[in-house]
Amino acid sequence: MTELKHYFAPTSLDQAVECLKDGDVTILAGGTDLTPQSQAGRIKIKHTLMNIRHIPQLSGITLEGTEIRIGALATITEIMEHPLVKEHLPVLIEACDHFASDQIRNAGTIGGNICNASPAGDTLIPLLVLDACVELASMPESKIYRHCMPLSTFFVGPGKTRKSLCELVTCVRIPLPAPGHVARFYKLGTRPALDISTISIGVGGTLKQGILSNARVAFGAVAPTPTRASQTEQALEGQRLDAATIDKVAAVARDEVKPIDDVRATAWYRKEMIHNITKRILSHVAQA
Amino acid sequence: MSLKHDIEFTLNGVKRRVAVDVTMNTLAMLRDVIGLTGTKYGCGEGECGACTIQVDGSSLNSCLMFAVDCDGRNVITIEGLANDSKADALRDAFVEHGAVQCGFCTPGMIMQADHLLHKHPHPDEACVKRGIEGNLCRCTGYKKIVDAIVAVDRA
Repeated sequence: MTELKHYFAPTSLDQAVECLKDGDVTILAGGTDLTPQSQAGRIKIKHTLMNIRHIPQLSGITLEGTEIRIGALATITEIMEHPLVKEHLPVLIEACDHFASDQIRNAGTIGGNICNASPAGDTLIPLLVLDACVELASMPESKIYRHCMPLSTFFVGPGKTRKSLCELVTCVRIPLPAPGHVARFYKLGTRPALDISTISIGVGGTLKQGILSNARVAFGAVAPTPTRASQTEQALEGQRLDAATIDKVAAVARDEVKPIDDVRATAWYRKEMIHNITKRILSHVAQA
Repeated sequence: MSLKHDIEFTLNGVKRRVAVDVTMNTLAMLRDVIGLTGTKYGCGEGECGACTIQVDGSSLNSCLMFAVDCDGRNVITIEGLANDSKADALRDAFVEHGAVQCGFCTPGMIMQADHLLHKHPHPDEACVKRGIEGNLCRCTGYKKIVDAIVAVDRA
């Protein structure tokens, strides 16, 4: 890795992905993470610092067919206030509402939250519950190549994703939830603002006559990546959300997660909280 | 040698052209390059809000923003707000309610409160508390700060 030699602020997607061809590029969007991390020496800026703010193709929140497209540069505040998100994706707003502080929500972008790949990333849990896909752009030869990857396979470790050094996240695509879709998010921390989750939980599915189908469960801060909980999902699938089922599913959730001890909590505490909050959140879903 | 880049932006209503280190944050540029020291350095990592400024109409932490990212944008600091008559009522309310103790958090509080009042001209107490949750006051005079902001009438 070489020293920072070049600052580049492209105004089109073409210019940006062409710049990424050599791979020795640090991407700047909102800067809320890159600024302090680079100043503290925890991240070394590569040969080129590329500021993607001025690329119009990365902005906006739109309905495209049966998907909601959220541009990588959409800030957390923009997402929270957007009518399409309010109407179709209220669970994403619940998570945005618990995201850092107003100042950081005004600057931080969804693309940045995704690419940071924090196991505790606030938007990642509802995005997993909503079956979101990440769209990646690159320029293998002279034309832009785009492909989508399910968010559930995107993360490989803390700060690590399957995005190659030559790729740029352009947007996140979320299928419009089916009628009867319900979803809830809960973040457990020591204070509401500016806290990194001790654990976070998202639950979603289609509720018809008390029965939950297409169940989705995602947990934050209990594994090296934000993660779908397949055993918990299986335990939920097709079940009536009565007290006995909720107890059983909460126990499965506690057994499924393998958290670690760290500065924010012990593994034991995290497992207990996964149990208790899963129970609470399922009761809320049952009443939806 | 650190890499420099020329940027041009509007600072408190005036066009500025500055050469900045590419890795420098906006707070350092404002204080150390331009000499506007009203914006305070508290924690340097977005926890305390003492460095809050407004960029393109939104409040943000200047310590979490690259200075080069100011290029082409509209930046307002506490010095800019001091000359804006729209902010007089907010300043007067802080004085009237004794919402200033040591004063270190005050520029950030005012910048954030101004942004909040822009979005919610008549905020209630709960709305103000949510709005300033990214601003710490280590004198812990929050009650008077919240009272002052609630008292401002932006009709």
